Amino acid sequence: MRASLEGEKQQTDQSMDGGLMQMQRRLAEYRNALFKEGILDSQYLQLQELQDESNPDFVVEVVSLFFTDSEKLLNDLSRDLAQQNVDFKRVDAHVHQLKGSSSSIGAEKVKNACIVFRNFCQEKNIPGCLRCLQQIKQEFLLVKSKLETLFKLEQQVVAAGGSIPTVQQPIL
Amino acid sequence: MASPSTRIDDGHDMDSVNSGLMREKLSVLVVDNDALVRKVHEKIVSKLKVAKQVQIQTATNGKEALDLHLSGSSFDIILMDMQMPIMDGTEATKELRAMGVESMIVGVTSADARADKEAFTEAGLDQCLAKPLTADKIKSLVETLEKNK
Repeated sequence: MRASLEGEKQQTDQSMDGGLMQMQRRLAEYRNALFKEGILDSQYLQLQELQDESNPDFVVEVVSLFFTDSEKLLNDLSRDLAQQNVDFKRVDAHVHQLKGSSSSIGAEKVKNACIVFRNFCQEKNIPGCLRCLQQIKQEFLLVKSKLETLFKLEQQVVAAGGSIPTVQQPIL
Repeated sequence: MASPSTRIDDGHDMDSVNSGLMREKLSVLVVDNDALVRKVHEKIVSKLKVAKQVQIQTATNGKEALDLHLSGSSFDIILMDMQMPIMDGTEATKELRAMGVESMIVGVTSADARADKEAFTEAGLDQCLAKPLTADKIKSLVETLEKNK
Protein backbone atom coordinates (compact mmCIF):
# COMPACT_ATOMS: atom_id res chain seq x y z
CA MET A 1 0.00 0.00 0.00
CA ARG A 2 2.80 2.38 0.99
CA ALA A 3 4.75 1.49 -2.16
CA SER A 4 1.63 2.18 -4.23
CA LEU A 5 1.12 5.59 -2.55
CA GLU A 6 4.78 6.50 -3.04
CA GLY A 7 4.51 5.45 -6.66
CA GLU A 8 1.47 7.66 -7.13
CA LYS A 9 3.28 10.60 -5.46
CA GLN A 10 6.25 10.12 -7.78
CA GLN A 11 3.96 10.16 -10.82
CA THR A 12 2.18 13.29 -9.56
CA ASP A 13 5.52 15.04 -8.91
CA GLN A 14 6.76 14.11 -12.36
CA SER A 15 3.63 15.38 -14.07
CA MET A 16 3.78 18.61 -12.01
CA ASP A 17 7.46 19.07 -12.97
CA GLY A 18 6.52 18.33 -16.56
CA GLY A 19 3.74 20.95 -16.32
CA LEU A 20 6.14 23.51 -14.84
CA MET A 21 8.74 22.79 -17.51
CA GLN A 22 6.11 23.28 -20.19
CA MET A 23 5.12 26.63 -18.64
CA GLN A 24 8.74 27.74 -18.45
CA ARG A 25 9.29 26.73 -22.07
CA ARG A 26 6.18 28.62 -23.16
CA LEU A 27 7.36 31.68 -21.22
CA ALA A 28 10.82 31.55 -22.81
CA GLU A 29 9.34 31.16 -26.31
CA TYR A 30 6.90 34.02 -25.76
CA ARG A 31 9.64 36.31 -24.44
CA ASN A 32 12.01 35.47 -27.31
CA ALA A 33 9.26 36.24 -29.81
CA LEU A 34 8.84 39.74 -28.36
CA PHE A 35 12.50 40.49 -29.09
CA LYS A 36 12.40 38.81 -32.50
CA GLU A 37 9.35 40.87 -33.52
CA GLY A 38 11.04 44.10 -32.43
CA ILE A 39 8.41 44.81 -29.78
CA LEU A 40 11.08 44.85 -27.06
CA ASP A 41 14.77 45.67 -27.32
CA SER A 42 17.80 45.03 -25.10
CA GLN A 43 16.84 47.85 -22.71
CA TYR A 44 14.14 45.51 -21.34
CA LEU A 45 16.91 43.10 -20.38
CA GLN A 46 18.63 45.96 -18.52
CA LEU A 47 15.45 46.39 -16.49
CA GLN A 48 15.38 42.68 -15.67
CA GLU A 49 18.99 42.83 -14.51
CA LEU A 50 18.07 45.65 -12.13
CA GLN A 51 15.44 43.46 -10.44
CA ASP A 52 16.62 41.66 -7.30
CA GLU A 53 15.43 40.30 -3.96
CA SER A 54 15.35 43.80 -2.48
CA ASN A 55 12.98 44.91 -5.26
CA PRO A 56 11.41 41.78 -6.79
CA ASP A 57 8.65 43.71 -8.58
CA PHE A 58 10.90 46.35 -10.12
CA VAL A 59 10.11 45.49 -13.75
CA VAL A 60 6.35 45.37 -13.17
CA GLU A 61 6.50 48.69 -11.27
CA VAL A 62 8.43 50.43 -14.03
CA VAL A 63 6.27 49.00 -16.81
CA SER A 64 3.09 49.95 -14.92
CA LEU A 65 4.43 53.51 -14.66
CA PHE A 66 5.02 53.43 -18.41
CA PHE A 67 1.44 52.31 -19.06
CA THR A 68 -0.06 55.05 -16.85
CA ASP A 69 2.18 57.85 -18.11
CA SER A 70 1.80 56.86 -21.76
CA GLU A 71 -1.99 56.74 -21.58
CA LYS A 72 -1.99 60.26 -20.17
CA LEU A 73 0.46 61.49 -22.81
CA LEU A 74 -1.58 59.94 -25.62
CA ASN A 75 -4.74 61.62 -24.30
CA ASP A 76 -2.88 64.94 -24.07
CA LEU A 77 -1.64 64.52 -27.64
CA SER A 78 -5.15 63.78 -28.95
CA ARG A 79 -6.40 66.93 -27.25
CA ASP A 80 -3.44 69.06 -28.42
CA LEU A 81 -3.88 68.03 -32.06
CA ALA A 82 -7.63 68.74 -31.93
CA GLN A 83 -7.01 72.42 -31.10
CA GLN A 84 -7.77 75.05 -33.72
CA ASN A 85 -4.25 76.46 -33.35
CA VAL A 86 -2.00 73.51 -32.65
CA ASP A 87 0.86 74.29 -30.27
CA PHE A 88 3.56 72.18 -31.93
CA LYS A 89 6.07 72.98 -29.22
CA ARG A 90 3.73 71.44 -26.67
CA VAL A 91 3.02 68.45 -28.93
CA ASP A 92 6.76 67.94 -29.46
CA ALA A 93 7.41 68.07 -25.70
CA HIS A 94 4.83 65.33 -25.11
CA VAL A 95 6.21 63.13 -27.88
CA HIS A 96 9.73 63.71 -26.61
CA GLN A 97 8.69 62.51 -23.16
CA LEU A 98 6.98 59.46 -24.61
CA LYS A 99 10.07 58.68 -26.64
CA GLY A 100 12.23 58.90 -23.52
CA SER A 101 10.06 56.65 -21.40
CA SER A 102 9.47 54.07 -24.14
CA SER A 103 13.20 53.83 -24.79
CA SER A 104 13.82 53.43 -21.04
CA ILE A 105 11.72 50.26 -20.90
CA GLY A 106 12.74 48.90 -24.28
CA ALA A 107 9.45 49.48 -26.11
CA GLU A 108 11.24 49.72 -29.45
CA LYS A 109 8.28 50.15 -31.82
CA VAL A 110 6.73 52.89 -29.69
CA LYS A 111 10.09 54.69 -29.54
CA ASN A 112 10.55 54.46 -33.31
CA ALA A 113 7.04 55.77 -33.95
CA CYS A 114 7.84 58.76 -31.71
CA ILE A 115 10.91 59.59 -33.81
CA VAL A 116 8.77 59.77 -36.97
CA PHE A 117 6.15 61.85 -35.12
CA ARG A 118 8.74 64.45 -34.09
CA ASN A 119 9.74 64.94 -37.71
CA PHE A 120 6.15 65.80 -38.63
CA CYS A 121 5.99 68.14 -35.61
CA GLN A 122 8.98 70.04 -36.91
CA GLU A 123 7.30 70.35 -40.29
CA LYS A 124 4.10 71.48 -38.53
CA ASN A 125 2.30 68.83 -40.59
CA ILE A 126 -1.01 68.14 -38.83
CA PRO A 127 -2.21 65.23 -41.01
CA GLY A 128 1.21 63.62 -40.61
CA CYS A 129 1.06 64.12 -36.85
CA LEU A 130 -2.42 62.61 -36.66
CA ARG A 131 -1.31 59.55 -38.63
CA CYS A 132 1.68 59.17 -36.33
CA LEU A 133 -0.50 59.48 -33.26
CA GLN A 134 -2.67 56.62 -34.54
CA GLN A 135 0.44 54.55 -35.19
CA ILE A 136 1.82 55.23 -31.70
CA LYS A 137 -1.52 54.31 -30.13
CA GLN A 138 -1.49 51.00 -32.00
CA GLU A 139 2.07 50.22 -31.04
CA PHE A 140 1.40 51.16 -27.43
CA LEU A 141 -1.67 48.91 -27.22
CA LEU A 142 0.34 46.09 -28.77
CA VAL A 143 3.26 46.35 -26.34
CA LYS A 144 0.86 46.75 -23.41
CA SER A 145 -1.05 43.62 -24.37
CA LYS A 146 2.14 41.62 -24.95
CA LEU A 147 3.72 42.68 -21.65
CA GLU A 148 0.53 41.95 -19.71
CA THR A 149 0.53 38.43 -21.19
CA LEU A 150 4.23 38.06 -20.38
CA PHE A 151 3.64 39.02 -16.75
CA LYS A 152 0.72 36.54 -16.53
CA LEU A 153 2.93 33.74 -17.84
CA GLU A 154 5.62 34.68 -15.32
CA GLN A 155 3.06 34.65 -12.50
CA GLN A 156 1.91 31.18 -13.57
CA VAL A 157 5.47 29.88 -13.45
CA VAL A 158 6.06 31.36 -10.00
CA ALA A 159 2.70 30.04 -8.72
CA ALA A 160 3.70 26.58 -9.91
CA GLY A 161 6.86 26.78 -7.82
CA GLY A 162 9.24 27.75 -10.61
CA SER A 163 11.53 30.72 -11.03
CA ILE A 164 11.91 33.21 -13.85
CA PRO A 165 15.31 32.86 -15.48
CA THR A 166 16.99 36.12 -16.50
CA VAL A 167 17.48 36.25 -20.24
CA GLN A 168 21.07 37.29 -20.99
CA GLN A 169 20.69 37.67 -24.71
CA PRO A 170 17.51 37.43 -26.72
CA ILE A 171 17.59 34.46 -29.04
CA LEU A 172 16.87 35.99 -32.43
CA MET B 1 5.94 70.31 -6.75
CA ALA B 2 7.62 67.05 -5.75
CA SER B 3 10.42 67.49 -3.26
CA PRO B 4 13.77 65.97 -4.09
CA SER B 5 14.15 62.45 -2.79
CA THR B 6 17.19 60.90 -1.21
CA ARG B 7 18.35 57.33 -1.13
CA ILE B 8 21.45 55.94 0.51
CA ASP B 9 22.80 52.56 -0.43
CA ASP B 10 25.48 50.85 1.59
CA GLY B 11 27.74 49.65 -1.17
CA HIS B 12 29.56 47.15 1.04
CA ASP B 13 29.75 44.05 -1.07
CA MET B 14 31.62 41.10 0.43
CA ASP B 15 31.91 39.56 -2.99
CA SER B 16 33.47 42.66 -4.56
CA VAL B 17 36.96 41.87 -5.76
CA ASN B 18 38.11 45.47 -5.43
CA SER B 19 36.38 46.35 -2.14
CA GLY B 20 39.71 47.51 -0.72
CA LEU B 21 40.15 49.90 -3.63
CA MET B 22 36.53 51.08 -3.70
CA ARG B 23 35.91 54.79 -3.17
CA GLU B 24 34.33 55.63 0.17
CA LYS B 25 31.36 57.60 -1.07
CA LEU B 26 29.62 58.51 -4.30
CA SER B 27 26.84 61.07 -4.42
CA VAL B 28 24.67 61.33 -7.51
CA LEU B 29 21.87 63.73 -8.42
CA VAL B 30 19.36 62.49 -11.03
CA VAL B 31 17.51 65.39 -12.65
CA ASP B 32 14.61 64.38 -14.92
CA ASN B 33 10.94 65.36 -15.12
CA ASP B 34 9.95 61.79 -16.02
CA ALA B 35 9.30 59.66 -12.91
CA LEU B 36 9.97 56.45 -14.83
CA VAL B 37 13.38 57.64 -16.01
CA ARG B 38 14.28 58.83 -12.50
CA LYS B 39 13.29 55.43 -11.06
CA VAL B 40 15.36 53.50 -13.61
CA HIS B 41 18.45 55.71 -13.39
CA GLU B 42 18.28 55.72 -9.59
CA LYS B 43 18.16 51.90 -9.61
CA ILE B 44 21.06 51.59 -12.05
CA VAL B 45 23.26 53.81 -9.87
CA SER B 46 22.26 52.05 -6.63
CA LYS B 47 23.10 48.60 -8.01
CA LEU B 48 26.53 49.53 -9.28
CA LYS B 49 28.58 48.94 -6.11
CA VAL B 50 31.19 51.48 -7.19
CA ALA B 51 31.51 52.97 -3.70
CA LYS B 52 31.15 51.83 -0.09
CA GLN B 53 28.29 54.29 0.25
CA VAL B 54 26.19 55.51 -2.65
CA GLN B 55 23.92 58.47 -2.01
CA ILE B 56 21.32 59.29 -4.65
CA GLN B 57 19.01 62.28 -4.79
CA THR B 58 16.49 63.12 -7.46
CA ALA B 59 15.01 66.37 -8.75
CA THR B 60 12.17 66.85 -11.21
CA ASN B 61 13.56 69.89 -13.04
CA GLY B 62 16.51 72.24 -13.30
CA LYS B 63 15.18 74.66 -10.69
CA GLU B 64 14.93 71.91 -8.07
CA ALA B 65 18.51 70.95 -8.87
CA LEU B 66 19.60 74.56 -8.36
CA ASP B 67 17.64 74.83 -5.10
CA LEU B 68 19.41 71.73 -3.77
CA HIS B 69 22.78 73.36 -4.40
CA LEU B 70 21.64 76.68 -2.93
CA SER B 71 20.65 74.81 0.24
CA GLY B 72 24.18 73.45 0.54
CA SER B 73 24.05 70.05 -1.18
CA SER B 74 26.86 68.93 -3.45
CA PHE B 75 27.30 65.91 -5.66
CA ASP B 76 30.03 63.97 -7.40
CA ILE B 77 27.91 63.37 -10.50
CA ILE B 78 24.81 65.17 -11.77
CA LEU B 79 22.78 63.32 -14.43
CA MET B 80 20.91 66.16 -16.14
CA ASP B 81 18.02 65.67 -18.55
CA MET B 82 17.85 68.26 -21.31
CA GLN B 83 14.15 68.96 -21.83
CA MET B 84 12.31 69.73 -18.61
CA PRO B 85 9.56 72.18 -17.66
CA ILE B 86 10.17 75.21 -15.39
CA MET B 87 13.94 75.13 -16.01
CA ASP B 88 15.54 72.92 -18.65
CA GLY B 89 18.88 71.17 -18.46
CA THR B 90 20.76 73.71 -20.55
CA GLU B 91 19.68 76.62 -18.35
CA ALA B 92 20.27 74.66 -15.14
CA THR B 93 23.77 73.67 -16.24
CA LYS B 94 24.66 77.29 -17.07
CA GLU B 95 23.36 78.43 -13.67
CA LEU B 96 25.21 75.70 -11.78
CA ARG B 97 28.51 76.53 -13.48
CA ALA B 98 27.93 80.24 -12.85
CA MET B 99 27.47 79.36 -9.17
CA GLY B 100 30.86 77.69 -9.20
CA VAL B 101 29.62 74.09 -9.11
CA GLU B 102 32.47 71.89 -10.28
CA SER B 103 30.70 68.53 -10.11
CA MET B 104 30.73 66.25 -13.13
CA ILE B 105 27.57 67.27 -15.00
CA VAL B 106 26.48 64.69 -17.55
CA GLY B 107 23.73 65.57 -19.98
CA VAL B 108 21.26 62.76 -20.62
CA THR B 109 18.96 63.19 -23.56
CA SER B 110 16.96 61.39 -26.20
CA ALA B 111 16.96 64.53 -28.34
CA ASP B 112 17.91 64.13 -31.99
CA ALA B 113 18.67 67.74 -32.90
CA ARG B 114 22.43 68.25 -33.03
CA ALA B 115 22.12 71.99 -32.41
CA ASP B 116 20.21 71.38 -29.17
CA LYS B 117 22.83 68.92 -27.96
CA GLU B 118 25.66 71.30 -28.85
CA ALA B 119 24.01 74.14 -26.91
CA PHE B 120 23.53 71.76 -23.98
CA THR B 121 27.18 70.73 -24.06
CA GLU B 122 28.37 74.33 -24.36
CA ALA B 123 26.36 75.23 -21.26
CA GLY B 124 29.04 73.43 -19.26
CA LEU B 125 28.56 69.68 -19.51
CA ASP B 126 31.42 67.29 -19.00
CA GLN B 127 29.72 64.79 -21.31
CA CYS B 128 26.44 64.25 -23.08
CA LEU B 129 25.01 60.73 -23.20
CA ALA B 130 22.04 59.30 -25.03
CA LYS B 131 19.08 57.93 -23.14
CA PRO B 132 18.60 55.32 -21.92
CA LEU B 133 21.55 55.12 -19.55
CA THR B 134 23.07 51.73 -18.87
CA ALA B 135 25.18 50.35 -16.04
CA ASP B 136 28.25 50.37 -18.30
CA LYS B 137 27.83 54.05 -19.17
CA ILE B 138 27.58 55.04 -15.50
CA LYS B 139 30.52 52.82 -14.50
CA SER B 140 32.56 54.60 -17.14
CA LEU B 141 31.60 57.98 -15.60
CA VAL B 142 32.81 56.85 -12.18
CA GLU B 143 36.08 55.65 -13.74
CA THR B 144 36.53 59.08 -15.32
CA LEU B 145 35.81 60.65 -11.93
CA GLU B 146 38.52 58.49 -10.35
CA LYS B 147 41.05 59.35 -13.06
CA ASN B 148 40.43 63.08 -12.64
CA LYS B 149 40.81 63.01 -8.82
